[in-house]
Amino acid sequence: MLFAHGFGCDQNMWRFVAPAFESDHKVILFDHVGAGRSDLSAYDPERYSTLAGYAGDVIAICRALDLKDVIYVGHSVSAMIGVLAAVRAPELFARLVLVGPSPRYINDDGYVGGFDRSAIDELLDSLDSNYLGWSTAMAPVIVGNPDRPELGEELTESFCRTDPDIARRFARVTFLSDNREDLANATTPALVLQCANDVIAPVQVGEYVRDAMPNATMTMLNATGHCPNLSSPEETVSAIRQFLGSSVPAQA
Amino acid sequence: MTAAGADALEAFYDALVDDDPQELYDRAPCGYLSTTPDGVIVKVNQTFLTLTGYTRADLVGERTFAELLSPGGQIYHETHFAPLLRMQGRAREIALDIVRADGSRLPVLVNAVLEEGTDGAPRVIRTAVFDATDRREYERELLRAKARAEESEARARALAQTLQQTFIPATPPAIPGLAIATAYRPAGDGSEVGGDFFDVFQLRDDTWVVAIGDVRGKGVEAAVVTALARHTLRAAAAAERSPSALLRVLNDVLLREETERFCTVACLELTKVAEGWQALVACGGHPLPLLRRSGTSPRPVGAPGTLLGVFPEPDLVDTQVYLEPGSVLFLYTDGATEARKGGELYGDERLLATVAAAGPAAPDVIDAVLHDVLTYQAGQSRDDIALVALGVPG
Repeated sequence: MLFAHGFGCDQNMWRFVAPAFESDHKVILFDHVGAGRSDLSAYDPERYSTLAGYAGDVIAICRALDLKDVIYVGHSVSAMIGVLAAVRAPELFARLVLVGPSPRYINDDGYVGGFDRSAIDELLDSLDSNYLGWSTAMAPVIVGNPDRPELGEELTESFCRTDPDIARRFARVTFLSDNREDLANATTPALVLQCANDVIAPVQVGEYVRDAMPNATMTMLNATGHCPNLSSPEETVSAIRQFLGSSVPAQA
Repeated sequence: MTAAGADALEAFYDALVDDDPQELYDRAPCGYLSTTPDGVIVKVNQTFLTLTGYTRADLVGERTFAELLSPGGQIYHETHFAPLLRMQGRAREIALDIVRADGSRLPVLVNAVLEEGTDGAPRVIRTAVFDATDRREYERELLRAKARAEESEARARALAQTLQQTFIPATPPAIPGLAIATAYRPAGDGSEVGGDFFDVFQLRDDTWVVAIGDVRGKGVEAAVVTALARHTLRAAAAAERSPSALLRVLNDVLLREETERFCTVACLELTKVAEGWQALVACGGHPLPLLRRSGTSPRPVGAPGTLLGVFPEPDLVDTQVYLEPGSVLFLYTDGATEARKGGELYGDERLLATVAAAGPAAPDVIDAVLHDVLTYQAGQSRDDIALVALGVPG
């Protein structure tokens, strides 16, 4: 199982979910280049100017580790990154779990993405403003974790923290993306995990993804917000387990 | 007890009584609200209502905190604020915009803590909200100032580079029977203009002038003198009969300029003769050119001379040198020999050894010296480096 984090933070987003699968799966976590503890010098603005660049990394990880029948779990923008990877290299992937996916965040004719373009500009302002006082704002007090102090250390260093310039670029790539056309080409069996009251990926966007993908089902979670992996990890784990236990639907 | 003491004590008790817990909460000097872990507002103080224009009935049980934010702020909340709060139990000084009841924006700074129940499950989020209108304007001004500073730095860099390009020929001329190779590396990151220059130009049919020089100092003032030096040599070459005479003209011009700057120059006049070239070498305080004859070690040629722009009667002489086929004459500025590794200089010995070991042609010598010097100082060039090599094919 390969877990991919979304825009904003890093692989720690999965720390309440991923361990639940360690007993019966090989669990792999990674930070996107530019996030968490990735090598920032590897960030190439050109390569990462589209989600395809990130999808290329996912494929590279699968190939480098010689993974087969990958169950890809992607949160937020990484849901679409997984879709793109599965379109390009379908042989690698057995299942896709898409947590709060959105193929396009900005409203369009006949399509509700949830945001106007001005909201994205506001977000970029918000990033600027919050990076001004980055070092003090992020003064971290870590959830007590006495048996794994190194995890606290890791969080201190990296959680939700990255180079401001890269954060801006990733925000742009994420929120200005439009991958609606790609959905129909992803034949890998997929599960859309949809929260109620998710402002970033509203229910109708989740339904759009389910309907546009040839092999997708959707599970509505009781969790609210955009991060069920943090707010309702048990429910998230059980929804994924249920999906993995289900028989592979016939190819459409 | 004095009367004043009694008054103070009374004031103390009055304040204490007035500030009962309910007053303390409602009229705190910051907006204060409590929400469920999912963000639904369960309690809010009067200061928050006053700041935002909502009524208690609008909010309690009806709205989440995130719903009160601008759309951009909602994204930030979901992607940064909420995860941070959940993972670290608190978030501090997060800048957000609240949309007031009348639709206007209220810039705020937010601190929040997540309280957990005895079972470790999240129970309540307590959020303090500070009006940051002035602070945000100040931040914007800072950001604008930062953007302006970056822009002007970029302009200064472009200006330095443009100016620097006037210190050397765009491409050295092709001289029949003489190979020319050159290199030029401005100091540091190239954002500041330095003082090294060189020039190669034709005087008569079979006679050429080659000059290399170094104006002391950096920056605009040095750049002005550098351009002056290069163009004075060019202009004077038509009238003067020897390199030392050329340098004397430059010395006079620099003295008349009343500049504090002085410079060192090595100047050659090259004349084609039968198989090779006859060179007249004059130096004004500049490192002597190195002559490497085929099969022998390189050696300095010419006499050191007086640096230019300081003394009215400089000691400048011409030395005649024959460049036979297979020989290379190498000119450089002290940016090469004074390259540093720690406290140690690259020095003359290393330079001589590198020139001796380099390949036979002029470009081989330039490549070898440049590579060796740059490697020696690990890319941290503190001074400009100008190199010119003249090779007689043979």
